[in-house]
Amino acid sequence: MKTAALAAQLLEIAVALAAAPLFLGWLNQCRAWLSNRRAPSLLLPFRQLRKLFHKDAVLARNASPLFRAAPYVVFGTMVVAAGIIPSLSARLPLVAAADAVALVGLFATARVFLSLAAMDVGTAFGTLGARREMMVGFLAEPALLMVIFVASLISATTALPAISEHLATRTLTIDPALAFTAVAFTLVLLAENARIPVDNPATHLELTMIHEAMLLEYSARHLALMEWASQLRLFNYACIGFALFIPWGIATREIGPAGLALAVPILALKLAAAGAGLALIETVSAKLRILRAPEFLATAFLFAVLGMLVRGLLGAPPSP
Amino acid sequence: MISSVSSPLAACLALLAAWLAVGVAGLVRPRDVRYAGRALFLVGALIGAALAVIAARALLAGTTESLVLPVGLPDLPFHTRLDALSSAFLVLLGAASAGVSIFSAGYFRGGETLASGAGTAPGLLGLQYHVFLASMGLVLLADDAYAFMVAWELMALSSYFLVVTQHRIPEIRGAGFLYLLMAHVGAISILLAFGILQGGSWQFTFDAMRTAHLSPAWAAAAFLLALVGFGAKAGLVPFHVWLPEAHPAAPSPASALLSGVMLKTAVYGLLRVAFDLLKDPVWWWGLVPLAAGLLTALYGAVFAAVQTDMKRLLAYSSIENVGLIFAGIGLAIIFLGTGSPALAALALGATLYHCLNHAVMKSLLFLSTGSVLHATGERNLGRLGGLIHRMPSVAVLSLVGALALAGLPPLNGFVSEWLLLQSFLFGGRIPRPFVDLLIPMGAAVVALAAALAGYVMVKFYGVIFLGQPREPSLAHAHDCGILERVGLGLLALACVLLGLAPVQVIAALSPVTRLLAGSALAQHGATWWLLAPVPMRTVSYGPLAVLLVGGIVIALTVLMVRLFYHGRVRRARAWDCGFGALTPRMQDTAEGFGQPIRNIFQSFFRIERELPTPTDRQPRYRIEIADRLWRGLYEPLGRAVEWLADAVAIVQRGRLSTYLLYSFVTLTLLLALVLAA
Repeated sequence: MKTAALAAQLLEIAVALAAAPLFLGWLNQCRAWLSNRRAPSLLLPFRQLRKLFHKDAVLARNASPLFRAAPYVVFGTMVVAAGIIPSLSARLPLVAAADAVALVGLFATARVFLSLAAMDVGTAFGTLGARREMMVGFLAEPALLMVIFVASLISATTALPAISEHLATRTLTIDPALAFTAVAFTLVLLAENARIPVDNPATHLELTMIHEAMLLEYSARHLALMEWASQLRLFNYACIGFALFIPWGIATREIGPAGLALAVPILALKLAAAGAGLALIETVSAKLRILRAPEFLATAFLFAVLGMLVRGLLGAPPSP
Repeated sequence: MISSVSSPLAACLALLAAWLAVGVAGLVRPRDVRYAGRALFLVGALIGAALAVIAARALLAGTTESLVLPVGLPDLPFHTRLDALSSAFLVLLGAASAGVSIFSAGYFRGGETLASGAGTAPGLLGLQYHVFLASMGLVLLADDAYAFMVAWELMALSSYFLVVTQHRIPEIRGAGFLYLLMAHVGAISILLAFGILQGGSWQFTFDAMRTAHLSPAWAAAAFLLALVGFGAKAGLVPFHVWLPEAHPAAPSPASALLSGVMLKTAVYGLLRVAFDLLKDPVWWWGLVPLAAGLLTALYGAVFAAVQTDMKRLLAYSSIENVGLIFAGIGLAIIFLGTGSPALAALALGATLYHCLNHAVMKSLLFLSTGSVLHATGERNLGRLGGLIHRMPSVAVLSLVGALALAGLPPLNGFVSEWLLLQSFLFGGRIPRPFVDLLIPMGAAVVALAAALAGYVMVKFYGVIFLGQPREPSLAHAHDCGILERVGLGLLALACVLLGLAPVQVIAALSPVTRLLAGSALAQHGATWWLLAPVPMRTVSYGPLAVLLVGGIVIALTVLMVRLFYHGRVRRARAWDCGFGALTPRMQDTAEGFGQPIRNIFQSFFRIERELPTPTDRQPRYRIEIADRLWRGLYEPLGRAVEWLADAVAIVQRGRLSTYLLYSFVTLTLLLALVLAA
């Protein structure tokens, strides 16, 4: 039993590590198709990682040890987060160690290290990126917490697996509170993962970039780890969304190989749908001015608050 | 005489007396840095550590004992009492002061204070410092209003002298005066609260107050007066204005004690009055500290983000944390008043835990600003930068403090925030309409304040320690000495331990919640590494596991990268998009880093801008950010007081004959009254 649980845990982390670049590749493919371009290979993110790992790392002369350690810390945090989020199974040993609030804390840890590393070399772009990232972060974090709080008020726990189990096993109704929070969550996901309307992952235009500005001084394996970590972050956010809003298909009762074997294709299906949806949102929306980003995130926050109010006013939806 | 082994209370009192003795001993050779500045502070640190150990043992053993001291006025001896609540705060006092004192032993080398001849001699400083410590201890042990007020005033006065150590600087004198004024406004309020609490028996021991019967209206009045009094000491909005002035003015170890420990004595006072002396708080009382606390938390966090002075930034961050603590107290009162002692215990546990956390992490950061100040002579964030290269040990240790204060797992700040958020989520269960809707919204404010704290800490750490040095003089900055390192290291270790062993801390705090809320903090599904104190829910948090797995992942990553690829590194000029002409001026200043906050929370501030025009010969950019409450509340208040004083001055002619006339008229009136009666 113990070894089975451990194996499931390791499998989940391995799947996350492999699926995260694929998910980004799929998202980029969808975006290319939607804008009538020829799509790059699904495996392009992998090739880029491989290329970066082979290169020699170039560091700025005044880069401190913190600068070198940050990619490992950020990557490690994201891997731990991937192990905590119930993407394949809800019965994993690590999930007891951190509930959804702790998960948000882990994301915050990664963000703080990323921003600190960006300030380390002391370039104008680095500090600019760090400041903007922290601005987006401090607005997105409470919104994400509110999303989680609404779900936890419904299911009376903040443990993510228990939430998704509770939501998956109740009768299928459209809960207005969850509908509001789903909108809020989507907005947070876009903001936190440096997607269009808040940031443009494809740009190196100085005045608009956030995430890329922080990574400018990184190269080779450090850059590879940072990129992989941000792919993992996108994957993790998607999996949190699945756990909260489409929780069906996560292996709950038993950690048998059968349950896991079923969970993997279901996850792939969800990821494919989510990637297509995200690509559609990104294609049809334009990048916001950075000064408008707070409004965007305040909208997300208000949607989550609305969800909570609706939950409080209407109470629980009729139970069977 | 009771032996100190059997009586922890007597031992604590003896240690407080020892602190006083250490302070007095400094007067023998006040200008001797080695003796008064070094040796005596180390003795003080030992006393602090002993106090923490004894109080911790008393807390775990559940000791409650009282003792009447033969000091004070003839009919009013000092009553003292040691129970779980005072033990918990004594642990805080002892542990934090031990770290601060060791640091101080290395810090007060007389350089800044003596060379200029402008400050206090180390011996005198030691006296003020140790009297301050002892009076804080006595506040925690006092068991009657008289002893409490004496200790409270002693604490205010000794800390006033610490604040005005550099009294030749006018701003510092002003800050000290403001502090003294606010301390006394608060003290009057507390005095009045005690006046109500005795309930007509004119007995001022706490025991008498516990049994006194008060009508609901009087009880509410006593609670609100105590809230104002202790809130003024703790820096609750709108009584917070003294804090960002006074805390930065003091020498850094004193700032550490002011922020880390003294604010907590106010928290202790409110807990003592609300939960112990007023046995059963009414639920709606809690709404006041809850609302004020949430406002304070947001206010402090927003203002911290726009500060340009590193110590002011930390002072505002203290205001934020005080807000979180008061919100927790308010929540606990609401839960207790609506009949859920288990939830009240959870909220109280979060509050106490946060007190402990804030004491160590804020002391750590204030001390590290002291080291930076010593090394560079700069407090302005705009003139610092890149110190991680020059001061690696301070940089590493304050990184721990900054991450803890930002509320990041697996350090300690996160644990108490987690507990607080968990208790907020139960707000929906309060059987009062409307309130049950609003309280979970409070979680949103807590989340926002916590996220802003992350912003503030990135700014604090990034601008001081990372990047390029903004001034050429920073190249000569030196790392701190060994004693300072030990002091910082101990506090950083406390941050880590409090973060990694929450189960043990919660178990130790359980007697306090049992005393105050009548319910212990139970572990649901007991394991030694998994914190699960939330009643009715299966929620847990295991920081050790998170850290362990994270560590393994990081180690494996490093290993794999080295194994499959290589670890080659080449140093070159910073890339910076190929721009090339990089100067330190191009980094964000503290103002620049706070700019998004300034934009988003514009309505919080009164901003004065001086922007250059294109035709300026010497373009100048100046921005000043002020607290709206100054102009809105304090300046009118000050004018009113002046007007009143002027009005009174009409009768004060300063001529003897006028005063004789007053006496004559008064006497005649009195005689007439007596004759008529």
